[in-house]
Parts: sequence; C-alpha cells; structure tokens
Amino acid sequence: MLRADGITVAYGRQRVLRGADLEVVPGVVTGLAGPSGCGKSTLARVLALMLRPDAGSLSMDGTEIHRWRHRAARDLRTRVALIFQQPRLAVDPRLTLREIAEEPFHATGRPVEDLTDDVGLTPELLTRRPHEVSDGQLQRACVARALALKPRYVICDEMTTMLDASTQAHLVARLETYRKETGAGILAITHDEELLTRWTEPSGGPTVRMS
Amino acid sequence: MRIAAGVLVVLALAVVVVPLVVQLDQQLVDLGSANQAPSFAHPFGTDEVGRDVLLRVIYGLRVSLLIGLVAALVSMTIGAVAGLAAGMLGGFADRVIMRVVDGFNSVPHLLFGIFIVALFSPSATAVVVSVGLTHWTTAARIVRSEVLTLRARPFVDAAISGGSTRLRVVRRHFLPHLMPHIALASVLMVPHAIWHETALSFLGLGLPPHLASLGNMINDGARSLLAGDWWASLFPGLFILVPTLAISALVQYWRDRTNPRWRSELQL
Repeated sequence: MLRADGITVAYGRQRVLRGADLEVVPGVVTGLAGPSGCGKSTLARVLALMLRPDAGSLSMDGTEIHRWRHRAARDLRTRVALIFQQPRLAVDPRLTLREIAEEPFHATGRPVEDLTDDVGLTPELLTRRPHEVSDGQLQRACVARALALKPRYVICDEMTTMLDASTQAHLVARLETYRKETGAGILAITHDEELLTRWTEPSGGPTVRMS
Repeated sequence: MRIAAGVLVVLALAVVVVPLVVQLDQQLVDLGSANQAPSFAHPFGTDEVGRDVLLRVIYGLRVSLLIGLVAALVSMTIGAVAGLAAGMLGGFADRVIMRVVDGFNSVPHLLFGIFIVALFSPSATAVVVSVGLTHWTTAARIVRSEVLTLRARPFVDAAISGGSTRLRVVRRHFLPHLMPHIALASVLMVPHAIWHETALSFLGLGLPPHLASLGNMINDGARSLLAGDWWASLFPGLFILVPTLAISALVQYWRDRTNPRWRSELQL
C-alpha cells in the first residue's frame, strides 16, 4: 500500500498542501478529485518520490520513505510510475518516441520489451521526435514508458485532460488491463467527474476529494 | 557576416599555409634592414632589428589563435564540470562551488592571471593555465543556471522515476541540452583569451620575448613608435583586433540564427 499521512508542502511561503492523507491500494483504482490549484499535482509528485514534503510521512508497502528523487533507492522509485498531464513537457524533445518509451529499460539495464504496440503506436511513429507527433500519440509513448518497469503503483495526473475522447478511452482501457494483469494500484487524478466514476467503479475503489 | 567569415577564412589559410611555405627563424636578426617602412619587399615594414613584420604577424597570430583555442577549451571544461556539479548536487556542494566562483570573480582577473603566470617561467603553458584558471567562472555560471532550469522540467522527474542514475540523467538529457550553450560560450571565449595572451606578452610575462607573438611585437614596436615607425606596432594591433571582431561577429550571427533554446519546442 502506498500511504501518505499529513503531507504538507509549501513553495516558499505559500503553502499548497496542508496535512493531506491518501492511500493507494494495490489492485484498486483510487480517484482523486478537486478544483484546480488545490495541490493534486503536488501530492502526486510527493507520492512518486519526486518532491520531499515539508511535513508528514509516506510509506510504501510498509517501508517508511526518508529519501527522495535520486537519493531514493532505485527499487522504490521505480515502483511508482507517474504519468503527467502535459506529455510535451514530460519528454526530452531530443529523443525519438522509441527512445522515450525504451529509456527505463536502458536506464536500469533490463532487457528491452516492446510495449508500444499495446498503446497503439506504429513503428513509423516510433522514429519521430516529440514535435512531429500529436499530444495523444506522445501520451501513448509516456504510458508505455510508465508501464515499462512494471510499477506496483501508477499515478495518472490528469493524464487524459489534453486528449481526444478516443485516445482517452484507449489509454484508460490500457491501464485497466494492466491493473487486472498485475494487480497494480492506480491513482486517477482528474476533475472530470464522469471519467472518475467510470474509471473507479469496476474495482470499487474510493474517491478522495480535496478542497 | 560574410565579411567576417571571409576575413577569418583568409587569416586561417594564412596561418596554416604560410608557415608551410616560408620558415621563420625566430632569432634571425638583420640589422642592415632595420626600421624600414612598408614596401614591396616588406609589405608591413620591418622592426627595429630588421625582421619582416608581415611574416612575424602571421606566426604571431598562429600562436595567439592556438593559445586562445586551448585556453578557451580548458576554461570551458573546468567551468562546465563545476557548473554541472553545482547544479546537479545542489545544497551544500552548490553553495561551496558558487562561493569559489564568487571568490575568483572578486579578484580582477588580469591581476590574478599575472599572479599565476608569475609562478611559471614564460611559456605558452603558463598563459593557457593562467587564462584557463581565471575564466572558468562564466562557464560555470551559465551551465549551473541551465542545469537548474532543466532539473525542474517534468521529463527529468520521469527519467528519475524510470530508474536513471544521476550520471545517466546528465549524459542522456543534460549534456545534449547544454552543448549548444557551452559551444557558444567557448567560441566567445576565444577572442577574449587572445586578448589576455597578448596583454600578458605585452607586459613581458607571457611568451619568451624572441618568439613572434602579437603581444611581444606590440611591446617591441612601442619602442620605435616615438621615432615615427608606426608599422611595427600598428599591424600586430590590427591582427589582434580584426580576427577577434570577426569571431565575435560570427558568434553573434550564429546565436541569433540558431538560438538553441528548445528548438523542437519552438517549432510546435
């Protein structure tokens, strides 16, 4: 279980999160909703070990987290995958889609598996660079990258907000397949109520509302 | 821009080809033809001991360009490593490195350069070390600030989350982004390093006095200037000014044209 207790984060003097609690349970889709600017993305970064909170504690499968970013053990930080709202910013503009999707394998020295077929990317698209594809195609590569190392938790931070309906449906379906296959816990962050209901219902997961 | 490129090509050719064709005996003295004004035989005239100014100017430019290039490379390498370390490690290491940078910047760098040169006997190595050790701070600052903006970008989060080590993030994501900035700063550093080399030589601290270097020649020429022999110091002076201005003009053009900031994002 990925469990956050009393997470408080401030950027300078501005406090964006005040004592947030959240649990992401394996095998279940947990929803997280709330208006813009309430700190959903900040909480997502804390959960992915990308941002050290100013107060509060985080534990993953019983292990208390004390180190963040590079300092976190590789095994811990690859156990949580983060999918970003804006795929444009989440990829290195100099790499091709194939390099982006396969980067985690190279970084960890594991044998490369081709996951791009599952997310609907053709071999031709894989040779292109980010500025030559659409947001939807780029987000597909990001999903492939996120699932590459078989993470136990996937945090989808407004993953589908920028995308058209069919890409949205496809990527949500891909993550649902992944959850059923591996029993991973998914945190679905969105302010689209309809999507939230549709996504959390099959697994009977809770929806947390922030304000 | 075309003029600058043309000038540089001609000078580069001269610097490469002339020494292959005409050998210069650095110590040859011909008192019989001392202090001659520019003529057909000696287009730039001769100096106070009868050496041909044109030939020596070309050899001098060769030395200056070489020292300028090597010194720029040395200072950029030191600066890039320091800036990367400061930006990547952050916290205490960052503060220490940046205080060292401030410390170096607080000393007038020509004076500090003279101090370093004084530790060696006059040689090209001493000049390179002197310029390299006093000019890495600019590069360090550029690289550090770029790393700080890069570090905050989500794709670095994604790389860390994907299991990349610090070293891999640097190699795979940072260096390719930083290279255009580093290259630009290096080229800009070349004329600056040439000025320093000539300044040190002019002060008699740079290269050994018999070697044809632009600074040495101006220094020698200054003595006969009062006697009205303007050519012995004017031409070496022009040979400092023209190539450095040409390089700067080219760099400006390059910077305006290819502003490498996230090229592919600009194309969106």
